[in-house]
Amino acid sequence: MKLLTVASVFMAVLSLSGLAFAEEVQSKIDTGDTAWMLIATALVMLMTVPGLALFYGGLAKRKDSLNTIAMSFVAFSIVSVLWVIYGYTIAFGEDLWGIIGKPSKLFLSGVDVSSISGTIPEMIFIVYQLTFAAVTVAIVSGALIERIKFSAWILFCILWLSLSYLPVAHWVWGGGFLAKLGALDFAGGTVVHINAGMAALIGAIMLGKRRDTTLIPHNLTMVALGAGLLWFGWFGFNAGSALAANGIAGAAFTNTNTATATAALSWMFTEWLFSKKPTILGIASGAVAGLVAITPAAGFVNIIGAIIIGIMAGIVPYFAVARLKPRLGYDDTLDAFGIHGVAGILGALLTGLLADPSINEAGKGLFFGNPSQFYIQILAVVVTILYVSIISLFVFLIIKFLLGLRADRNDELIGLDESQHGEKAYNLHF
Amino acid sequence: MKKIEVIIKPFKLDEVVQGLSEAGIICGMTVTEVRGFGRQKGFVEIYRGREYEIRFLPKLKIEIVLNDELVEKAISIITEKAKTGEVGDGKIFVFDLEDAIRIRTGQRGEEAL
Repeated sequence: MKLLTVASVFMAVLSLSGLAFAEEVQSKIDTGDTAWMLIATALVMLMTVPGLALFYGGLAKRKDSLNTIAMSFVAFSIVSVLWVIYGYTIAFGEDLWGIIGKPSKLFLSGVDVSSISGTIPEMIFIVYQLTFAAVTVAIVSGALIERIKFSAWILFCILWLSLSYLPVAHWVWGGGFLAKLGALDFAGGTVVHINAGMAALIGAIMLGKRRDTTLIPHNLTMVALGAGLLWFGWFGFNAGSALAANGIAGAAFTNTNTATATAALSWMFTEWLFSKKPTILGIASGAVAGLVAITPAAGFVNIIGAIIIGIMAGIVPYFAVARLKPRLGYDDTLDAFGIHGVAGILGALLTGLLADPSINEAGKGLFFGNPSQFYIQILAVVVTILYVSIISLFVFLIIKFLLGLRADRNDELIGLDESQHGEKAYNLHF
Repeated sequence: MKKIEVIIKPFKLDEVVQGLSEAGIICGMTVTEVRGFGRQKGFVEIYRGREYEIRFLPKLKIEIVLNDELVEKAISIITEKAKTGEVGDGKIFVFDLEDAIRIRTGQRGEEAL
């Protein structure tokens, strides 16, 4: 392999001018990068099914657990299909006015096995980005479960992906206006977590409270297993966002693990102090909050930055779910806003403070002498919150008008597993 | 013949069974996981910082059928073994039993026990 590369470089030097040669090298596939991105893509897929499905499914009531799992499953499937039809080109096609991508690659037209994105085949980039879109949509379900009609959820997946995820992904990653502004979002704090978290909050408010607003997990071992799979898959999410097998991927990997472990401990101790006992749900919730908060920062901060983000991610979302939610009275069933929204905003802002140019020259935060980065982060957060809130409100109103949002009273009482799917999670059958 | 239903704290099962076996009182029993409440009202569980009162406590229900003369002895053993001295130790209910049939042989009454 190496010999071949050396030979082809030699040939290129002989046959081409210096400038042409430089371009030639840039658009070459790197097999190391390609191998890593194939694996990273599969890792991110694991986050939704079964990672998030188990995490959410275990937190749900027994009578709603299958429906909760089905929401993640069907979200992944719907986004998978829509992404290759029009999602990819709207998010990552050639920029139109800084707002959306050009629909020139519908059904991936023009993309073939020799198309290249950076140093990897474009086909891999497409499916890697697909897994991000899918997990984002699935995260929203956490706020809606135990009362939303399954048909309403399916329509939500289609509309919200199209109207909210695709534009925001374009703004931040597809060359849109937030990218041009210089907002830092390494792996999707804004695009994935603030986006999903705000939609979750709007959805919880639009749906109204469940008839039984408890959060008593029906199976905490599933929750712990799901959180573990999220942690594992997140290495693909964050380290994969380097889009290369290089030092920045390594930094993102280490930062992700450090912040997550710190946040798990930080949430555990916060909870121990304020509600008397260290729970496994608290440790798992802290880990997820840490994963969310480090996401925008993973490839920009040094290890001290990762620890600071981890500590904050165990404290701020804890108070959001334990104090803010009961006080404001919205019924975000599984705290999709409290964890993804709040930790996402926290991570995006802290990235503006802690980005260390010696880790990644693309990011220089306020603590490293660049206060304007912090203001850009605030702007990106505010713009995303405003846009997503308005669009999500619009999406939920359309669904309410077309299908209705809530399962009827009786369906909710007997449980959505039986009323929506005709199934039970646990059967006693001799 | 009498039937005894005993509600106990789950972790007391082994001691109760051992006590009854050693005294030669039982040749069979049925155990079920049950939930309920009595004077021990319930307890609080905390999930994500919010407190929930869990009203129904997990207990075990033991069902035993005995000859009349063994009942008092069984009651004293169960009372001794299942006791912690705190609220929620459980209860023993004693019923008259009309008949018992062993399905395999068709034997009836005390022979079937």
